[in-house]
Amino acid sequence: MYFDIVILALMVIGALWTVMAADLLKSAIGLALASAILAVIMFRLTAPLAAVFELSVCAGLITVIFISVISLTRRGTADAGQAARRFSRYVWPLIILTAGIALIMIKYIPDLNLLPAQAPEMDMRRVLWGQRSLDLFGQVVVLLAGIFGVVVLFKARAKSK
Amino acid sequence: MFPIFGGAIVIVLALGLYCVFSAGNVIRILIGVELMTKAATLAIVLAGYLAGRMALAQCLAITLIVVEVAVIAVAAGIAVGIFKNNGTLDTSELKTLKG
Repeated sequence: MYFDIVILALMVIGALWTVMAADLLKSAIGLALASAILAVIMFRLTAPLAAVFELSVCAGLITVIFISVISLTRRGTADAGQAARRFSRYVWPLIILTAGIALIMIKYIPDLNLLPAQAPEMDMRRVLWGQRSLDLFGQVVVLLAGIFGVVVLFKARAKSK
Repeated sequence: MFPIFGGAIVIVLALGLYCVFSAGNVIRILIGVELMTKAATLAIVLAGYLAGRMALAQCLAITLIVVEVAVIAVAAGIAVGIFKNNGTLDTSELKTLKG
C-alpha cells in the first residue's frame, strides 16, 4: 500500500512538473516520466498488457512525436512569460476545485469493496476478439483516419513548397 | 485504496485542465490533453481492478491508448501546419482558421 502511495505521488509530481516547466522540451520529458510511472501503477493493478502499451506507446512514441514537433517549431515556442502571466488567473479556482473533489472523495466515499468477480474472468484475448469487436472496428477506422489526416497535411505542405 | 487512487486521478485531471486553459501554446495544449487522457486511462484500469474485470478494463485501456496516439499524431501535424502558415504557435496570435 505504501508503495502504491509513493508511486502515485511520483506520478502527480511528474504531472506537476509537466505543467509547470517553462521549457516545452522539459514538459515533454515530464510527460514521458508520468507515463512510465503510470505503467508501473498498471502493473501493480494487474493490467500488464495495458501497461506494456502505455510504456511503449505513450512513454515512447508520443514523446518522440512531441519532441519532433518541438524541434520543427522551435522558434515559436517561447511562452514561459505567458504561462507566468496566466498562472494567477487559473490556478486558484483549480486548486480549490481539486481540493474540494479530493476531500469529498476521501470523506464520503468509503473504501469500495466492490464486487469480486462474479464469474471466472475470461482471457483478455477472448474479450477483445469476442466481445469488443466493435471497439476494434472503431480503432481501425480511427487509425486509418489518423494516417489519412497526416498524409493529407504533409502532401498539402509539399505542394505549397 | 479507492480514495487515494481517486484523489491522484482527480489531481492529474485538474492539472491537465489547467494546462489546457492556461497555455498560450498549441503544443502545451496538446500536452494538457495528454495528461487528461492519462487520468482517464488510470480511472478505467482502477474501475476494472475494483470490479474484478481486468480483461475488459485492459481492452478499453488499450483502445483508449490507440485512439490517443491517432489524435496526437493528427494534432501534431496540424500544429506543424499552423507554424508553417503563421510562423507562431501562440494561440493569441492565431486569428484565422487557415493552418
